[in-house]
Amino acid sequence: MSVYAGVVGPAPTRIIVGYGFWIFLLSDIILFSALFATYAVLQGQTAGGPSAHQLFELRNAGIETVALLFSSYTCGLAIVAIERRRMRAFYVCFALTFILGAVFLSLELNEFAGLIARGAGPARSGFLSAFFSLVGLHGAHVTIGLLWLIFLIAQTAYRGPVDYVCRRLLCFSLFWHALDIIWVALLTMVYLMGAR
Amino acid sequence: MAENGAVVGAASEHTSSGSFWTYTAGLGFALLLTAASFVVSQTDLLWQPGVAAGLAVLAVAQMGVHLVFFLHIGTDAEGTNNVLALGFGVIIVALILAGSLWIMDHLNANMLTPAQMMEMQH
Repeated sequence: MSVYAGVVGPAPTRIIVGYGFWIFLLSDIILFSALFATYAVLQGQTAGGPSAHQLFELRNAGIETVALLFSSYTCGLAIVAIERRRMRAFYVCFALTFILGAVFLSLELNEFAGLIARGAGPARSGFLSAFFSLVGLHGAHVTIGLLWLIFLIAQTAYRGPVDYVCRRLLCFSLFWHALDIIWVALLTMVYLMGAR
Repeated sequence: MAENGAVVGAASEHTSSGSFWTYTAGLGFALLLTAASFVVSQTDLLWQPGVAAGLAVLAVAQMGVHLVFFLHIGTDAEGTNNVLALGFGVIIVALILAGSLWIMDHLNANMLTPAQMMEMQH
């Protein structure tokens, strides 16, 4: 109902902050799209080394997917809880978000370590360089997200659910959901199509 | 959920970004679509040359579910700018992906193999 914009005055800060953060997320997605394009181009350039079909285990990727999806879900529930000032539910959901995110990250690091131990590190071929850049960048985002999450839990405990803390929590949830969207693309393109 | 525009001042009130049920519905759809992706990739349920396209469709559907149920990119009044920004982002992503693949494919097709290069040196 934008025709009312002049009547109701400027949009609330929450909407403006959400919009700004959404633009940041879109620029982040564009960054990922460049790496997706790189991966698509280099996918077959294995330089005589192992190919996607030989390397990737769908079971591991499936568990990672479920962990990240439930992490996104509990993050959403945490936002619902804090908006209703149910602090205990908020802390439980946010802690679950952290644990599931950490499970995802440890599975991914485990997979990376396994690949490197088998001589399929990022230096092996163009395909593996592209793989490690793409999946590694997503993993780096998850790592930063987990650190941010710890910071936010501390801030919520210290400041209470005041407006600006709630806005930061909202931005975090947008970030976390966007990472899940990127993971869907990653799972499909790298793992599901690669393992066939 | 935002009320309709007739409620002047509604925008300045507390607006919820979703409820338990929107998130739970989103989780259910996402799990279904993920399971479908795994089934499609691991069985011969689909015509084999069409599997890649099927997986792409399922992935796009799941991204849509995430956008609507988790990120609340909807058609309500305060979301118009978000939708426009998303549209612009999708255009850029499509240009980068399709453009890169198109250009690199042509370069690849025009490139000489090492054997051909050796031949030219003689």
